[in-house]
Amino acid sequence: MQVASKRHLTMGRREEMWAYILVSPWIIGFIVFVAGPMVASLIFSLTSYDIVHPTVFLGASNYARMFTGDPLFWKSLRVTMTYALVAVPLDLLAGFTLAFMLNAKVPGISVWRTLYYVPSVVAGVAVAILWLSLLNPRFGIVNWVLSWFGIRGPGWLSSTDWALPALIVMSLWGVGGGMIIYLAGLQGIPTTLYDAAQVDGANAWNRLIHVTLPMMTPIIFFNLVMGVIGTFQYFTNAYVMTRGGPADATLFYNLYLYQNAFNYMKMGYASALAWVLFVIVLLLTLLIFRSSAAWVYYEGQLRR
Amino acid sequence: MRWGMKLERIVSRIVIILLLACGAVLVSMPMVWMISTALQKQGAAAHMPPEWIPRDELTMDVNGTQCYLYDIPVDGQMRRLVLLKKKGATGTFANPANLQETYDLPVNQGKRATAIVLHWENFGQALTQLPFGTFALNTLRLVFFGTIGTVFSCCIVAYGFARFRARGLNLLFLVLLSTLMLPGQVTLIPTFVLFQKLGWYDTLLPLIVPSFFANAYDVFLLRQYMMTIPLELDDAARIDGCGPLGIFWNIIMPQIMPAVGTVAIFTSLYIWNDFFGPLIFLRSKENWTIALGLQSFNALYSRQTQLLMAASTVMMLPCVLIFFFAQRLFIQGIVVSGVKG
Repeated sequence: MQVASKRHLTMGRREEMWAYILVSPWIIGFIVFVAGPMVASLIFSLTSYDIVHPTVFLGASNYARMFTGDPLFWKSLRVTMTYALVAVPLDLLAGFTLAFMLNAKVPGISVWRTLYYVPSVVAGVAVAILWLSLLNPRFGIVNWVLSWFGIRGPGWLSSTDWALPALIVMSLWGVGGGMIIYLAGLQGIPTTLYDAAQVDGANAWNRLIHVTLPMMTPIIFFNLVMGVIGTFQYFTNAYVMTRGGPADATLFYNLYLYQNAFNYMKMGYASALAWVLFVIVLLLTLLIFRSSAAWVYYEGQLRR
Repeated sequence: MRWGMKLERIVSRIVIILLLACGAVLVSMPMVWMISTALQKQGAAAHMPPEWIPRDELTMDVNGTQCYLYDIPVDGQMRRLVLLKKKGATGTFANPANLQETYDLPVNQGKRATAIVLHWENFGQALTQLPFGTFALNTLRLVFFGTIGTVFSCCIVAYGFARFRARGLNLLFLVLLSTLMLPGQVTLIPTFVLFQKLGWYDTLLPLIVPSFFANAYDVFLLRQYMMTIPLELDDAARIDGCGPLGIFWNIIMPQIMPAVGTVAIFTSLYIWNDFFGPLIFLRSKENWTIALGLQSFNALYSRQTQLLMAASTVMMLPCVLIFFFAQRLFIQGIVVSGVKG
């Protein structure tokens, strides 16, 4: 971009015209499908909009009801946050560990990579249906595997205590997606850093803590942010496998929003839910960004 | 000292391989179970421990009744006999070739004879219970137009951001990047209402049209890729009389084909697997996608595990095949989006 600007300065006006013509599809899309709808949903959220009845302006009462009179809102928030706090770090740790093991120059790396990665190329309803069977308390192979270790598996999706853990276990199946990213990151760390550490007398543990982890923090950071945002979009598994049950134990935020909008047609209230979700995601992202100064290391920082 | 370090390295490597192997067995088990169950007869999925190889018990028609075949020792020699009658713990067995030749033996000494039988008919049965042909056609339509729209619009927009300078363009690019973190729910309801007012509810249009207006993720990926193409190529083409569109078509596009491939593959897979969009916009069965069909199939035939697994296998198969045929593009796409993102 910088280089381009120096060279094409003379083109001036014509260049500006072309730039805007070329990016216009996105600008139009942004106005029609992003900016416009965002404003509209903020307005909807202040009304009783439900498609059928005449719309009444309610002010902030949708929000007031959400925070003071809707236990399901709090429940869905708790379910989603629990998943984000357990599944996201767990998947990150598992993916990183796998990548770390694969990076130790073991033979057959492409075979391992493929074996672990294949489950994350499939997604959606088919996966949900498969896991519905795997998690069957009596005939599912999850409890069969547990029985090898003498563990009597729980009722998983039929139990209010174990339904959410079941979905967390299921998320580990897609660990290959993260693994591939971390593996690429690990392979990108210059070997000179390790050589230097070795000269300084660092053992394997020191090298992991003082070279590998700092170099990987930007990637870990990015995937952490995306993982948390992704949790708030969690839908298909909860819809197909549990419908939010039993007793709302897996009522993810997005599922609750869907139910309000498209089952009960409470479009106004659902818009308010969406805006609260937006603010939560924004705050969480800011929080992670703020904290990142303390723990994310960017290589460029040294050179400045 | 040296020898000790070498030994340590070998031992740690063996431990790693063992751990990787255990993990790989666990991770592979669901799909192996799915395929094996898809080929078994009804009820086989309810066996504990699971049957990994589809086997059927062998029976034989004796005067109109189906009798089980047993492998049972007779005078110390294993023989395959047919069980005609059972009285308490003893059964009357006969030679299948000569039913007059009978033996009275304790049933529990023998085992029912089995043979490997692959029930391929499950696939036919699963896919004809609901009009999956129509669903597949709808899904392929969405994949085709959605991918074309995404690739086309994102390439053009990325070209604009990568190669041109204009007031406000950098700001626009920041706005584009910030939409990466925007949860889709904030725009969901007004977008739904908009398409409904346009009369597009229950048509494929709401799922196709937006893809022609580019998206942040793919624009970013393509732009990053375009930045690596030397500007000298553009200059050479300009001297040869190429305009901006000529440069785009003759210089940029051929160079970014790997990135275009990555975008096309990920877009196709996303649309193929998408459930939320079709669930919201498609109501009548003739407009359903495979994902919607499969979900309704699951609700209707929840007891017929072998049929559910057959249908799920069919839905997963294209994704796995694409992965194997385009592994390089796949891994590259994941890596670029995750590492450089």
